[in-house]
Amino acid sequence: MGTLTNIFWLGLKEIRSLLSDKVMLLFVIYAFTMAIYIQATGTSNDVNNASIAIVDEDNSALSKELFTVFYPPRFQAPQKIGANEIEDLMDKGLFMFVVVIPPRFEEDLRFGRNPEIQIDIDATAMQQAGIGTNYIKNILSKRISNFLKRTDQEPSAPVNLIIRKLFNPNGLSTWFLSVVAIINQVTLLTIVLTGAAVIREREHGTLEHLLVMPLTAFEIAMAKVWANGLVILTAAAIALFGVAEMALKVPFAGSHLLWFFGVILYLFFATALGIFLGTISRSMAQFALLNILVVLVLQLLSGGSTPVESQPEWLQNITFFLPSRHFVSFSQIIIYRGGGLSAVWSQFLMVSAIGLGFFMYSLALFRKSIAVTK
Amino acid sequence: MNSTSSAVKPVISIRDVTHRYGKMTALDGISLEIPRGLMVGIIGPDGVGKSTLMALIAGSKKLQRGQMTVLDGDIADVRHRNVVCPQIAYMPQGLGKNLYFELSVYDNVDFMAQLFGLSPAERSARVRQLLEATGLAPFASRPAGKLSGGMKQKVGLCGALVHDPDLLILDEPTTGVDPLSRRQFWTLIDDIRASRPGMSVLISTAYMDEAQKWDWIVAMDAGRVLATGTPAELMQRTGTKDLEACFIGLLPEEKRTGHKELAIPPRPAGKAEVVIDAKGLTRRFGNFTAVDHVSLEIECGEIFGFLGSNGCGKSTTMKMLTGLLPPTEGTATLFGHSVEAGSMEVRRNLGYMTQSFSLYGELTVRQNLALDALLYHIPAKKAEARIRELVEKFGLGPHLDSLAESLPMGLRQRLSLAVAVLHEPKILILDEPTSGVDPVARDSFWELLIELSRKQGVTIFITTHFMNEGMRCDRISLMNAGKVLACDAPRKLIEARGASTLEDAFIGYMEDAAAEGAAETQGRKKAPAAAVETAQPASSPAAEKPTGFRLRLARLLAYARNETMQILRDPVRLIFSFAGSALLMLVFGFGVTSDVENIRFAAYDLDQSPESRAYIEQFTASRPYFLRTPPARSAQESLERLQADDVSVVIEIPPNFGRDLRKGNGPDVLAEVDAAMTYRGETVAQYVQGVHNLMLQNPANGLQVEPMKDTAQFEERYMYNPTFESVYAMVPSIPALLLVLILAILMAVSIVREKELGSMINFYVTPTGRLEYLLGKQLPYIVIGMINFFILAAMALFVFNVPVKGSFLLLTLATLLYVTTTTGIGMVISTFTTSQVAAVFVTAILTVTPTIQFSGLLQPVSTLMGRAKTIGLIWPTTYYMHSSVGAYTKGLSPSLMLQDIAFLAACIPVLWLFSMLGLRKQEK
Repeated sequence: MGTLTNIFWLGLKEIRSLLSDKVMLLFVIYAFTMAIYIQATGTSNDVNNASIAIVDEDNSALSKELFTVFYPPRFQAPQKIGANEIEDLMDKGLFMFVVVIPPRFEEDLRFGRNPEIQIDIDATAMQQAGIGTNYIKNILSKRISNFLKRTDQEPSAPVNLIIRKLFNPNGLSTWFLSVVAIINQVTLLTIVLTGAAVIREREHGTLEHLLVMPLTAFEIAMAKVWANGLVILTAAAIALFGVAEMALKVPFAGSHLLWFFGVILYLFFATALGIFLGTISRSMAQFALLNILVVLVLQLLSGGSTPVESQPEWLQNITFFLPSRHFVSFSQIIIYRGGGLSAVWSQFLMVSAIGLGFFMYSLALFRKSIAVTK
Repeated sequence: MNSTSSAVKPVISIRDVTHRYGKMTALDGISLEIPRGLMVGIIGPDGVGKSTLMALIAGSKKLQRGQMTVLDGDIADVRHRNVVCPQIAYMPQGLGKNLYFELSVYDNVDFMAQLFGLSPAERSARVRQLLEATGLAPFASRPAGKLSGGMKQKVGLCGALVHDPDLLILDEPTTGVDPLSRRQFWTLIDDIRASRPGMSVLISTAYMDEAQKWDWIVAMDAGRVLATGTPAELMQRTGTKDLEACFIGLLPEEKRTGHKELAIPPRPAGKAEVVIDAKGLTRRFGNFTAVDHVSLEIECGEIFGFLGSNGCGKSTTMKMLTGLLPPTEGTATLFGHSVEAGSMEVRRNLGYMTQSFSLYGELTVRQNLALDALLYHIPAKKAEARIRELVEKFGLGPHLDSLAESLPMGLRQRLSLAVAVLHEPKILILDEPTSGVDPVARDSFWELLIELSRKQGVTIFITTHFMNEGMRCDRISLMNAGKVLACDAPRKLIEARGASTLEDAFIGYMEDAAAEGAAETQGRKKAPAAAVETAQPASSPAAEKPTGFRLRLARLLAYARNETMQILRDPVRLIFSFAGSALLMLVFGFGVTSDVENIRFAAYDLDQSPESRAYIEQFTASRPYFLRTPPARSAQESLERLQADDVSVVIEIPPNFGRDLRKGNGPDVLAEVDAAMTYRGETVAQYVQGVHNLMLQNPANGLQVEPMKDTAQFEERYMYNPTFESVYAMVPSIPALLLVLILAILMAVSIVREKELGSMINFYVTPTGRLEYLLGKQLPYIVIGMINFFILAAMALFVFNVPVKGSFLLLTLATLLYVTTTTGIGMVISTFTTSQVAAVFVTAILTVTPTIQFSGLLQPVSTLMGRAKTIGLIWPTTYYMHSSVGAYTKGLSPSLMLQDIAFLAACIPVLWLFSMLGLRKQEK
């Protein structure tokens, strides 16, 4: 009972301190509103405004028509270049794709000789190159066959493949990016907020003051967990409802309650990590440097930037212990796929287990850390 | 020591100088003439504007309003500052504030000598002489951070004297220094003055008794000058016998009201119960013994004082008594109970006030008190009454709703005490509660302590470095270097040594201890005070001093050398510089890959005919792209498995698929793709389509296919990366990313760190030019950048098997220019950030977005639009990325790389220019 009230009052003090730090507060608000909107709408890993050039060695009616089939937003208007310029221009990085139409292309087609179109792809732009090539092939094939048949009808095939994209039928990248942006901000700001709170208390000597009172390290740490967790939880809720669902129209397929429950579990881990980093760094500057390394790893390997399945097997075994990976995973399941508790319980369990482990470890270090201060 | 005739021109003359920090007025229209060639003291408590005044005189701070003539010229004039700055020596407040703690004693002094342009031979002789004279010679190679406070001050003094100044400005040089070192320090100053009679010395101090012997005094309070004159004059004017009383007499009427001579009623005689009992307390940090076998017995109701300098082990002893620190050896008990962590009962009876202001500055006075009442579980009614009582007694009434951080020092201390006694503890442990508080406030604080002790029987354990406070205690312990030298009632200690004051007695005990120590170690010769004439220059200056360009280069290299040594001795920055980039290379190289492989799929086959099985078999066969999982048995199951991310695609074959196919009815196959992660969903859909198309074209698989007529074939050429694997695109881009992120941060931190820790003052008060400073700081980081580049190139080759196809030499040149540019970006950021934390985050935020989004890492710059494209086109990473990816994968021709190199080269002078414009040569 005494413990609970102590945790409550200490946490309330923590929130009061945070609210009086106007700069930090503005930063949190910006991070969970504007920053998420910008990240979700500003970038795209889909093909967008791709630069393309055509080498036309045929000069037929068909080849000329092929200049007109690429248009925004996916492609820039194609430029006509000569065959000898390809390499130079691609070296300079001016074009991602160069389509080469061979001589007598239209004639060969009409005689059923299946002529070959060459597509040169700048394969250093990985994400766009693969998808873009397929777009180009589909666009060209369709127009060629329509041109020859003078009709817009689809040819019949022995088997028709119908591809249905579930959970995001139109492939809108803002859906995915907005949620990843929220997740990344939760990771970054929870750690910064909690860690900075620990270091500030230590630098100002208020931590010693608390430790001399009849309070346990558990109570002091737990107060930081709930207070900072609550602030971030509120901010995340604003970001989800206000930015993702209202402004960006991202549908939420599953249960809000379930997702927020998962977020709370993750916050437990992230605050514990913040306390841990705040405890082991001797100064704010050291904390800031450490923080950058830790947060980059947590964010980049979470599966939010590139799929977890693409990581090499041995790395996947390591990232299995990153709670951020499970956070991304259960968020996708709940938000897009509408999965219930049965689909996410294992992720929840993992996040809680790692969170608990970290919390216990930081707690043990907490008292010792006083020895580090002057 | 007579005041010289007023005919001599004053060394400093000040007219109407006002200085503000935001709303706070530090100096309020001061006018003052300081006579030449004297030892002048500025006295007054903390926060009255002494330090500001001295920094303005030294030219380290920028003059806001008013006029100031120093050494016959206007100090606000840059040209005059440049001329006189080698004649002024300035030692800022704070123990070793302008020292580099990682560097050795010798290197610190040598660094200052380099900045003042002494030739190498001259330097080494001069530095050795100074160290010899100050008795620091035996410690020449010890890092400055590991010295005691007194020794740090001596190192600072050596640094200040290295260039024979005419005006020596010392800001509180003895605060927090033990009495013996203090006395040695003043002897040293006297010797130096004797050998350079023309030199003016300006000193500020909070120990008023020190100033008694000086030639001329300026008494200051609240940003104004109270009085000036010789100490004798001032004491005569106020009719007092010592300077401290004199100072109180000089204070304006309203500040003095309520102040009366402090009277301490004697403690009731007779043995009382022992409440604090320490036996053989010892604490070691590594091989450094902070507290060495301290034993104490303190009785109930006693005021027990702990006297000693900074770093002598007072605070560590207190932390052990309060249970904050476990002792390495020995035991401590309070009320007979061990104080080892966990004993809640003991802590309930303990009040503790830490050395720093340990309240929540962002909470109000009332909130601070209420929080403690809650945490001690005082019932609401009782707490309210108790808070009201304390507020009244401590005079906090008018400030109840102001923020604690806005209170003046004296009030803060009273609030701290109120918080510490709120729960009516039986023991009060106070760690230097009165440092930085003016004499009047100090006396009123002591009144409260006396009442607590005498009327309520509270046992008080207090540390202080004020001797007169030591006299007020019932008993004191004299502590030095972790050891208790003596312990008794103050009068008895003085009598025992036959000394006249407590300070003399303390020094006597310290000298005994030192003699003992010297005897033990067979005694190195004690610092010869005879080496006084060393203050004379070794050779006549000016004649051999390097000039012009050589001098500038020497200073630049001095800064570069200094910075290098600091990095090498700071493990965190060292690790971040080298291990950080290697770690991130691994994370990016292995972790950030867009190759989509091992797509888990399930078949939901409603037909189960040979044809349907053959169709599904095609997917199974296309490894490594698809990975088969057990088939789904119902539509519900397939949806659930897609939801749970168990599979990424389900192939659903309708009933009668085989029959329809044979009849040529063109049956439909449904592929349900998980598109939650958009990029991945798109790729999976294309792979499914690809497998399907291949199937149709291959006659061997039994699916009837019409001859393909009206179609063209496509030949894809994946240029620069024929196998189309992420690693070839990613690995060459990573150095471009890391070399900006890590170097810009380290560079920005290295400059902002000097601002935050105070060593920036060396740049303000020495003739160092802006460009010399910046380039000197930049040089080591360029080297770090190049080493990092070679590490990353080696990792690319040996870990990721990505060799450089193009010219490695040209790439190295591009890298050299690139790291110069990226450190330049850090430099520019450092000009407008003031704390290290801000420097780290601002640099990260400003560099990460353009580097990742707009420089061609994820999206080619040619496909960017609008503002993103503009940023991409001016951000240096774009050009280095082009060169790096080009050199690794494209075997880019030298002419194309030269274009990038030209752009990077053009960035460098622009960044230097911005940094120079932003770097101030004076503090604001």
